[in-house]
Amino acid sequence: MRKSNIVFLAYAFLAPALILMAVFTFYPVIYGSWLGFTDYSQKNLSGEIPANFVGLENFKTVFADELFRTGIWNSLKYLLVVPVLQLASLGVAVLVNRQLPAITFFRAAYYVPVITSISLASVMWDWVYSKDGVLNWGIQFLVGIGNFFASLFGGKLEFQAFGWLNNPDTAIWAIMLVTFWRGFGYYMVLYLGGLQAIPLELEEAARLDGASPSQTFWRVTVPLMRPTILLCSLLSTLAAIRVLEEIIVFTNGGPLNSTYTALMYVYSKAFGSKFDFGTASAAGLLIAIVGFFLSYLNFRLTQEAPDRQRKA
Amino acid sequence: MTRIRVNTTKGISSVLTYAGLILIALFALFPFLWTLAISLTDKTVTSGVSIYDFPGSLFPKVITLNNFFAVFRDFSLNKYLWNSIVISGLSVIGTLLISALAAYPLSKLEFPGRNIIFTAILSTLVLPSETSFIVNVITLNRIGLLGTYWGVVIPIIATAFGIFLMRQAYISVPDALLEAARMDGATELQILFRVMIPLSIPSLTALGIFTLVNTWNSYFWPSIALIFNPELQPLSVAMLQLKSQLNHDPFNIAAGAMIMMIPVMIIFAFAQRFFMRGLEGAVK
Repeated sequence: MRKSNIVFLAYAFLAPALILMAVFTFYPVIYGSWLGFTDYSQKNLSGEIPANFVGLENFKTVFADELFRTGIWNSLKYLLVVPVLQLASLGVAVLVNRQLPAITFFRAAYYVPVITSISLASVMWDWVYSKDGVLNWGIQFLVGIGNFFASLFGGKLEFQAFGWLNNPDTAIWAIMLVTFWRGFGYYMVLYLGGLQAIPLELEEAARLDGASPSQTFWRVTVPLMRPTILLCSLLSTLAAIRVLEEIIVFTNGGPLNSTYTALMYVYSKAFGSKFDFGTASAAGLLIAIVGFFLSYLNFRLTQEAPDRQRKA
Repeated sequence: MTRIRVNTTKGISSVLTYAGLILIALFALFPFLWTLAISLTDKTVTSGVSIYDFPGSLFPKVITLNNFFAVFRDFSLNKYLWNSIVISGLSVIGTLLISALAAYPLSKLEFPGRNIIFTAILSTLVLPSETSFIVNVITLNRIGLLGTYWGVVIPIIATAFGIFLMRQAYISVPDALLEAARMDGATELQILFRVMIPLSIPSLTALGIFTLVNTWNSYFWPSIALIFNPELQPLSVAMLQLKSQLNHDPFNIAAGAMIMMIPVMIIFAFAQRFFMRGLEGAVK
């Protein structure tokens, strides 16, 4: 076949993918950044009236808005789920990376939350967290046991049941637990892939040299797993700073804005009541910068450790 | 003596291992099992059945399917179920078609710009997408697709993941096979559909299943794309309405939740290995 024909065919096959990506993936990044500098709102949606360029006006609005600062603060708070989630997932991966009877059942069971839609998770966990829910029941149960022992010394424990999602002190932690629940099976599978790629001889050799299991794990397994750990913690960090779905389905930012995250600000500016796409995009741009910075930080943290070890 | 001690330690450690495994499994499965139990509970049997009656509500005394019928009757669940089926179906077909087509030149044809295009496609994985949903709503509105099935589907079917997965599958097809087909006078289109695709069925299946489960479950994007047309909302979005509308009847909500969850569980049971392999191909 002629060369020019091949080139034509290649681009014909690629065309649907490239056109869709250009329109719905690349263009939004560029146009979305531009929107942050305009007063785009509901009146411009029809496309007949162009939006006006307003310079840094939106950014001033965003910076002056206490809600935005609350959002950034809550999203940063949400990052606390990352180290816990990653350590637990790696731990679980090590636990199930063995030839035990029924181990495939356990691996599959841990993956069920991953394939549970967030809207279903919100139905189920709402009941767990409600005032009469199973979490309070479990705590009461433990308090009951505790009281049996406390009564021997004349003491008494007390616990007042409350709705975990209705309390501004607990709501965000309760939602973080759901993120953890839906995440650990996912990262377990990624870590499992990394663990199974490590040649058995290496760990075997360490054992023969007299290394204890924990030494083998920290000195052999973890360093070899660094690329996977970097990837997983990066994915997890970006997901945490961009948390939105969980918030919408559980609390919509309440109570008292205690779960109002950064992207919640973008979402409610854009689709809350006024379709203020300009301000929303400006805020989105700022969050993207924070996300970029965190990725870089994450990269440096997981990348630098071996250098330091080599120098030591 | 030593032998016995080693065996006991081993026994204790395996008991501890299984205790740990079971505890984690309970954490993972409890919400699902509880919801299943609630959905099967016959709420008419005794006066004042409560879902909060622990641990009783975990073990319904009388089992019924009435809640499932009720939720279809009272909440027009079939409408949302149909929307879910259409949106997921179109997404699967679209993703498979676009990925299978785009991956072919990227793996088996030599042409100028190949590397740049492949890099560009991969770069979509790291693009900051915080405000993409806003712009996509504007775009869909311009082209008249906002609030339609296609409006939900079209922005999500061209993915780096899909193209990458198919490219990996095509690369493992020996070039000699393609040469032989070309000698016999096959066109590139025939080679794609008669050689490459039939040899890549496992990857296509995996991609199809991933896409199906993802779109079936996805909440945020469909809720945005259908913000002005709730009639076309899939079950995942309607679930929240069900939750607030039938707030007084958790049994029916649980039944609705199970109707959405059970197909996913069945697919998962049969296609477990695809999920358990994870993103292996895509990550490395």
